[in-house]
Amino acid sequence: MTHFEQDLASLKETLLTMASRADSSVARSIRALVDRDDDLARAVIEDDSILDELEKDIDGMAITLLSKAPLAKDLRLITVAMKISQNLERVGDEATTVCRRALELSQEPQLKPYVDIPRMAQTGLEMLRDALDAFVTGDAEKARAIVPRDKDVDAINKQLHRELASYMIEKPTTITRALNLMVVSKSLERIADHATNIAEEVVYLFKAQDIRHLGKGQNGSSNS
Amino acid sequence: MAAITLKTNSTSTPATAEQESAVPLIETKGLELFYGTSKALKGIDITIKEKLVTAFIGPSGCGKSTFLRCFNRMNDLIDSVRITGECRIGGEDIYAKDIDVIELRKRVGMVFQKSNPFPKSIYENIAYALRLHGTKEKAKLDEVVEKSLRGAALWDEVKDRLHSSALGLSGGQQQRLCIARTIAIRPEIILMDEPASALDPIATAKVEELILELKKDFTIVIVTHNMQQATRISDYTAFFYIGELVEYDLTTKIFTNPANKRTEDYVTGRFG
Repeated sequence: MTHFEQDLASLKETLLTMASRADSSVARSIRALVDRDDDLARAVIEDDSILDELEKDIDGMAITLLSKAPLAKDLRLITVAMKISQNLERVGDEATTVCRRALELSQEPQLKPYVDIPRMAQTGLEMLRDALDAFVTGDAEKARAIVPRDKDVDAINKQLHRELASYMIEKPTTITRALNLMVVSKSLERIADHATNIAEEVVYLFKAQDIRHLGKGQNGSSNS
Repeated sequence: MAAITLKTNSTSTPATAEQESAVPLIETKGLELFYGTSKALKGIDITIKEKLVTAFIGPSGCGKSTFLRCFNRMNDLIDSVRITGECRIGGEDIYAKDIDVIELRKRVGMVFQKSNPFPKSIYENIAYALRLHGTKEKAKLDEVVEKSLRGAALWDEVKDRLHSSALGLSGGQQQRLCIARTIAIRPEIILMDEPASALDPIATAKVEELILELKKDFTIVIVTHNMQQATRISDYTAFFYIGELVEYDLTTKIFTNPANKRTEDYVTGRFG
């Protein structure tokens, strides 16, 4: 392996460390919410600084690598790594938002059984894991298949908003809790968006094809 | 809880531990060089660290090669040259009267732009200098020839034809042979004057990889016109312009956030 390849490998490795940290933050934030575990929620908030630092590390490594004038796939890998790390950092931010709301929600009795929220988190995490798996294995088709799954999460988010609105209309004392749950739901929906962004970057990395912002039925798969 | 060890904050392009801990080896103070009456180097102060790669960049005629050649007194060979100021290697003034220039050039080896193997066999190219410096036994010569060729990443390509003419090698192989010849006498410092400028990209990549390997054992100072080459292989970069050292800093700093406008214009290709 050349020195440049070693540096690229170390960039990838740092990115995967970051991905596993972001994944764990989301999983723990949902556990903190469902189990009403304030200590866990606070730990997740505190750990977020690790993701922030990793994002800066990746940017530093990427800038140094870019100054060496990489071309073709190496060039795409470095720019994609910067974008993926930014998305992972945001995933971490969403996990801290969930935890902050969990800390408020645990002050009052639970409004409703949490069914949809863990389901959304689960789907978002699966999308994130598949996107990273596609990044590691170089599987652009797997990455491409992630994009439509974002719609499922969007649908649950909308449905949950309607449901929570009806709680608020019926009983104003539920407003604080319902609003907190709306924020949680929105955060989970954003996590799925970040997973989608990462999947799109993975397709660009391996196929040099930009599939962002395409209309319905145009996920670019016919060109691959 | 922060369970993993974080690297240093990367936004300000910090030095690596290796760069940080390296000790100074070459130091010049107010070094000036004249070709007749024209001043080619204008008071250069620099400290070059041991076992790192330092690159000299700058437009043609800026003095970078002239400065490089001060470190093994190659400019002495030109009659009209006069040098003032200090140049120390390992604390020793190399322009002092009692300095043995042959010994100095053994400590400070040089690789040139155009490969210049002797018109002899591959084996003899390396063994020649060793014999000159007193090694006579064949076993010892064989050992050093192999070690040097391995060190220059050439052994596997030439081991079956050590006694064929060195002139039959490709340009890239000849350049690596010249590097093998230089490291055979174990210098402390290797000066390289555009060692890859006459090579194709594949041969260049091999020489660059070799330089990164060699810095484990040697201090390397390289003149290059290829800026990406400087970013790929060097730890520190010095930018020269019309006989002046304009900026000298970590390579990452020079190429991502230079302090001087002239450096920035040069590295971005906007030089007027």
